[in-house]
Amino acid sequence: MARAALPGRLTWRAATLVGERWETPSARTLVLDVPDWPGHLPGQHVDVRLTAPDGYSAQRSYSIASAWADNATDKTVELTVQRLDDGEVSPYLTDTLEIGDQIELRGPVGGWFVWRPAQEKPVLLLAGGSGVVPLMAMIRARGAAKGKQPFRLIYSVRTPEDACYAQELSRRVRDDPGLDVHFVHTRVTPRKRIDVATINSYGWPADFTPDCYVCGPTTFVEAAADILVALGHDPKRIRTERFGGTS
Amino acid sequence: MNPLDGNAMAGDLRELFTVDVTAARYTCAGCGHAEAVGALVLWGQDMGRVGRCPHCEDVVLRVVNAPDRVFLDLHGSVRLELPLAGS
Repeated sequence: MARAALPGRLTWRAATLVGERWETPSARTLVLDVPDWPGHLPGQHVDVRLTAPDGYSAQRSYSIASAWADNATDKTVELTVQRLDDGEVSPYLTDTLEIGDQIELRGPVGGWFVWRPAQEKPVLLLAGGSGVVPLMAMIRARGAAKGKQPFRLIYSVRTPEDACYAQELSRRVRDDPGLDVHFVHTRVTPRKRIDVATINSYGWPADFTPDCYVCGPTTFVEAAADILVALGHDPKRIRTERFGGTS
Repeated sequence: MNPLDGNAMAGDLRELFTVDVTAARYTCAGCGHAEAVGALVLWGQDMGRVGRCPHCEDVVLRVVNAPDRVFLDLHGSVRLELPLAGS
């Protein structure tokens, strides 16, 4: 193994696409087989590198959507990729990559925007668009661990058709005790935005000292984090991840 | 272009260090604000990246990738506080 050369450090490895499904008309989940995958925490991401025949390469970060369990028989890793029509990497991953194809992958990485099942506080998840992906990994990990921590997800998305994992979320709200999901639709009349009233009504009171995770485009992340602070949440309990528009 | 954040530097930094630096807390040399490296506002692309303090926008960290080496400039950070494994 190449990794043995520098123990503890990370290198690129080949991942093979072994499954896929569309979550929305523009978001595709890639099921990847990654040999010697060490496991991951919900919220972590991977870097994907594509290299053209002329040597030009482009690298992007994608959140892991799946939960990992050491004892599970399914050892695959799932990424959900939102296609950006003017993007350099994402259209290849959503529209061109076929079963059996390989991509270069580095990870799992990131130790800050993660939720550990040992955390006991209630959790508030605020998702803007495809920012739901790492938060879904947290919901799945809680479900797999049969976690008792109360979880609330506020998911801001353009229309109901743009919501990833909609069926699974409604199933989990039914089957995973203590999980609530509230949708905010920004392109359905009457148009809504994430605002103080929404987070106040569907989040947790600051007195509960919940762990808050906010993921989405920069404008969403900044608006949501500012509202949380204004509502009295401790900034140290707010973790954010910004999705860029360059993928 | 929209900025990313320090979380997106995790892979590059993990090739250099055996610990995850994005979970470390930096203290900004400009304003004294302390926060996780993952929360830095990140500009730039594959060749070089600049992490700015979300509080005062000063440059806290720069990573530049040359073909055979990496330049890491921590000039804007007074200190880094690194959590050890399991914390």
